[in-house]
Amino acid sequence: MYELKFDPDLCMACDTQDCLVKCQHMDIDQETARTEILKLADGEDSFVLRDCVTCYACEEYCPNGNHPFYLIVKMQEELGMLPLPDPLVKSGVQVGIPFRGEPVIDEMEGTVLNMGVFSPLLGRVEGSKLFEGLPVISHDSRKMFHYFCQLMYLHYGKTSVINERLDGIIQTLASHGAKEIVHFHDECYGTYTSYAPAFGIEVPFKSIHLFEFLYNRLLELKDEIRPLGYKVVYQRPCSSRLSSDKHPFVAKIFDLIGVEYMDREYKDENAMCCGATILGQKKEGSRVYCAEIQKKNIDDMKKAGGQICVFNCPACMQTLGMPVSKAGIMPLFMSDLCRLAIGEKVG
Amino acid sequence: MSSIQQELVNIVGEDYASDRREELFTYSKDLGTSQPLWPEYVVAPKTTDELQAVVRLANETKTPIVPLGGGLTLAGLALPQKGGIIIDLKRMDKILEVNEQGRYIVVEAGISHGKITSYLKKNHPNLMHSEPGAPPAATVGGNLAIHGQGDLAHPYGFNTDMVNGLEVVLPTGDIARFGSCAVGSGWYTMHPLPDIGLFLGWNGATGIITKVSLKLYPCKKFRENNMFVVENEEFVPDVLFEISHLGMAEDLIATSSEIPPMMNRLHYISIINTGDSEEELEFKRHMTFDVQLAKYIRSGVGGIVSLYDERTRPQVSKSADWKKGGGFEYVGAIVPVSFYPECYRRGSEISGRHFIPYTVLGRVIGSCHSMMFSWSYAFNRADDATVKHARDALHETDELVMEINGTIWKPAIFGQKLMLERMDQGALRLMKEVKKILDPNGIMNPGNWEVD
Amino acid sequence: MNLMEYKYKDMIHRCFRCGYCKFPTDWSDVTNCPPYARFRLESYSAGGRLWLIRAWLNGELEWSPNLANIVYSCVGCKNCVEKCPHSFNDDVVNMIIAAKTAMVDEGKIPKAVGEFLTNVQLHGNPYGMAAKRREDWMEGLNLEPYKNQEYLFYVGCEGSYDTRAQGAARATAKLLQKAGVSFGVLGSQEISDGNEVEMMGEDALLEDLAKKNIKMFTDLGVKKIITLSPHSYNVFKNRYPDFGGEFQVYHHSQILANLLKKGLIKAPEQADARITFHDPCFLGRWNEEYSAPRKVLAAIPGATFAEMARNKKGALCCGGGAGNFYTDFLGGSEDSPARIRAREADETKANILAVACPNCLTMLEDAVKTEGLEDKIKVRDISEILTA
Repeated sequence: MYELKFDPDLCMACDTQDCLVKCQHMDIDQETARTEILKLADGEDSFVLRDCVTCYACEEYCPNGNHPFYLIVKMQEELGMLPLPDPLVKSGVQVGIPFRGEPVIDEMEGTVLNMGVFSPLLGRVEGSKLFEGLPVISHDSRKMFHYFCQLMYLHYGKTSVINERLDGIIQTLASHGAKEIVHFHDECYGTYTSYAPAFGIEVPFKSIHLFEFLYNRLLELKDEIRPLGYKVVYQRPCSSRLSSDKHPFVAKIFDLIGVEYMDREYKDENAMCCGATILGQKKEGSRVYCAEIQKKNIDDMKKAGGQICVFNCPACMQTLGMPVSKAGIMPLFMSDLCRLAIGEKVG
Repeated sequence: MSSIQQELVNIVGEDYASDRREELFTYSKDLGTSQPLWPEYVVAPKTTDELQAVVRLANETKTPIVPLGGGLTLAGLALPQKGGIIIDLKRMDKILEVNEQGRYIVVEAGISHGKITSYLKKNHPNLMHSEPGAPPAATVGGNLAIHGQGDLAHPYGFNTDMVNGLEVVLPTGDIARFGSCAVGSGWYTMHPLPDIGLFLGWNGATGIITKVSLKLYPCKKFRENNMFVVENEEFVPDVLFEISHLGMAEDLIATSSEIPPMMNRLHYISIINTGDSEEELEFKRHMTFDVQLAKYIRSGVGGIVSLYDERTRPQVSKSADWKKGGGFEYVGAIVPVSFYPECYRRGSEISGRHFIPYTVLGRVIGSCHSMMFSWSYAFNRADDATVKHARDALHETDELVMEINGTIWKPAIFGQKLMLERMDQGALRLMKEVKKILDPNGIMNPGNWEVD
Repeated sequence: MNLMEYKYKDMIHRCFRCGYCKFPTDWSDVTNCPPYARFRLESYSAGGRLWLIRAWLNGELEWSPNLANIVYSCVGCKNCVEKCPHSFNDDVVNMIIAAKTAMVDEGKIPKAVGEFLTNVQLHGNPYGMAAKRREDWMEGLNLEPYKNQEYLFYVGCEGSYDTRAQGAARATAKLLQKAGVSFGVLGSQEISDGNEVEMMGEDALLEDLAKKNIKMFTDLGVKKIITLSPHSYNVFKNRYPDFGGEFQVYHHSQILANLLKKGLIKAPEQADARITFHDPCFLGRWNEEYSAPRKVLAAIPGATFAEMARNKKGALCCGGGAGNFYTDFLGGSEDSPARIRAREADETKANILAVACPNCLTMLEDAVKTEGLEDKIKVRDISEILTA
């Protein structure tokens, strides 16, 4: 089985301990942070395992390219301290089991689009100029779990499930023959470019981040862009913590399509979790805490003067879309916003 | 043309009476596993007068009659066990009165539940009625004839507990009214008159319900489906008990099914909370999850799956297509809530024996006073072997309900026999007498609730 | 007929007969399936019909004239497709059309259907009228035959021959002239578009008509077509490409809305008009165009607009589709869909019932008369309202 490549020496030598010091959900001083992360690296218990809301952020905060979040999740499982109640874990683990037949493997060449588990959203990309000439790996939403990157199980403390299933998923994706894959969801991107290398899992294709793809595509369609002029706020998802090098594309896209990227407290590295997984955590008060951070997040969006809240992750959209819209801010996927900018209608 | 057909045409007009095979065909089959049973005539009266004339004709000629509403019972209850005339009541579908402050609606009994829902939404958005779990084509009369239950079952009980007045055409063709409408013109209560509970739950074997006053209930502005999950089925009765202690949920349903895998061997409890404001909803969420169910979450054996979800009407008929086969049928039982674990375990065993992915559901009726527990069996209508498996599974389930001392809900003929075999002798004698007095010629849906 | 030959043999048994197909989008009644609204016996609902067809195909039921009538009472309005909750919903109407095809193949169709199809085959129109009379509607309009103009105005059989529908054809042509649109017509060269023929199950005749039309259009250099009828619009837009005919197709409501927007025509002020609109199935449910005709009506100064309770996706069909404006399987009752619709229009207190389809125009005008409402409400094509 795959093993996490985690180097405790890097933590020992680290002079910031940003991984835990910067955590938005735990109040930890530098001294404690050093002690706790090293305890975890030694396989020992730590309160961090119980208090972690699994927001992925420490993976980005780490200045050394170490993998504190993967370590926390791994230890949650090894020490039997899963963040969610058992039936939620079981339900989550079972969600990813394909049950509607095997996928049809079409031979494909060049660069393709992988919707991952979100093929029900295919209608948002099909027929758009943005995705013209980019064949989709699987159109059949009944087969979506064959393309499910599994990284969601980080929220469940279930590294073992990811490591058990990921090979098969990678094989299915690779069997289509494409060498380059644009991932609709950046959790997939994070899986193949961050998680897999961290665990030594081989990935035989090159992954392209959706926002990088969209930016380059918009450059090609530059003549058709009509600046939209909206004030936008951005809901940065947990999975983006695994691809922080691609985060600058958010501002670059906004700039290109002529929307104003509003400054706010929960921006960039300080982005706030949508709360989806916090809601059901077994730690006392999780439901109320979830409601609180959601309120803070949306209040912050309003304060920033956002007319549109741009989403990257469909799960964030599902969680926050409705309350954001109730707050008078229009929720929109990044791809849909880009479509609007080139004069396309979105449903 | 036979003389009965001619008479029927004379009563309702030629468009609405038929003895042609093509029209009878559809009435010879229902949606479940029952073998076809052919009527000789079908008639669709528009008014109570027409209906009375049809019933008188049937009584005079000793022709069996079978009243039909939406025809959605699945269990063959509206199939003509002994031939005769199917009376399709769906043209008797008028809304006669809504009393907003008195919170009731008077309707003709052939009206669909969908039509009432739509009417109230448009004209009285602060009122609602109990729509059964069936598709919206289910009718009010049909639902009462089988003791239906649906939305609002947790706070208010069976649909038959929500009746405020009743008009019935008796097997002789005469009309009888019950409740305040029998005394004056108001349809506001069934009480405090002497109880004559002879028509509800009788599958139309004692009379045909023509008009009903249904109780309406406050319809809150917001309605959300909050979902809780446990793995151990033994916890389900207590979870339901804890939530029903609050008395706030509009509906309370536990489900488990093999497909999709997410539901497999897990028990999802849907808690419908409502409110006129976010404050009201948040108070209910708080009481439900942070107070009543906190012990389950804390100990890691129960979890919140989702909150805030919109309540969507269940599209029960989708279950029929799991095997791309267009069919399912279920046994429902009215049992104490505490029976949930055993019902689930034994039911999933029956499903396993018949190669059908298990699907079970328990809906709380009243303040945990009872539960409607259902075991559904999907089949492929084009594959006789799967139909037989489903039919056998249904029979085994009927027997299971008897074994565990449950009561079969809207039993098919097979289930009715099992219940009658066990029935208290005094009750049995009374049922027989009642039937003899009301229906001396035995024309009313014969074969149903028939005491030898 | 052998079940094995039926295109939907692996699907038709999947209908559960749950009855969603009877309802409009707002659940307001079980009467949104036109034949079910008319007859109210289960066989006439979409589900009942599918079960009957299956019984016929697998030998449970013999074919009979009554069976054929029941199958042909489906007007193809697609309400069932809209409401069926199952994954095969898109094919509900297709399954019924395929059964009609099976009946055509076996020569077992109702007499009126046979007449309709024979007339189209022999005369190019369902009325069995002479080709030269196709030009009757044009009298005095000084229209040009199509020759390299920007648009072909395809009038269709109803607009050409039916005396009431001719009014809509004339009004549309006048508006196009007034706006300076470059267009021509086919006159006596025009033949049926084939939409109804397909809805009646006569595949081969559709193919024949489509190929003839495509050849004629192509030879004439037609690129853009304006249709009077949503039925023509549907078949040109969605079916002709299957036979190699790719044209830019517009329904007249879309063109009129655009001309109004551009100010090339102006709607006359109608201060006393209270207008309601009946959605044609082949514009609405078949092609999801709900806004263009409403934009036209919204442009009329002074007029007020009132929706009927059942509208857009949930509209009740006039009962004239699939050739029923000719075969009339649903006529003769106060529960005929057109008469129900006339009463619903009256309930809005409108004095104009606007339509955008020549079939609806004739069906509803007759219904308004039969209901005795002609003094209260006038049935008008949107083009006629603009030329009032």
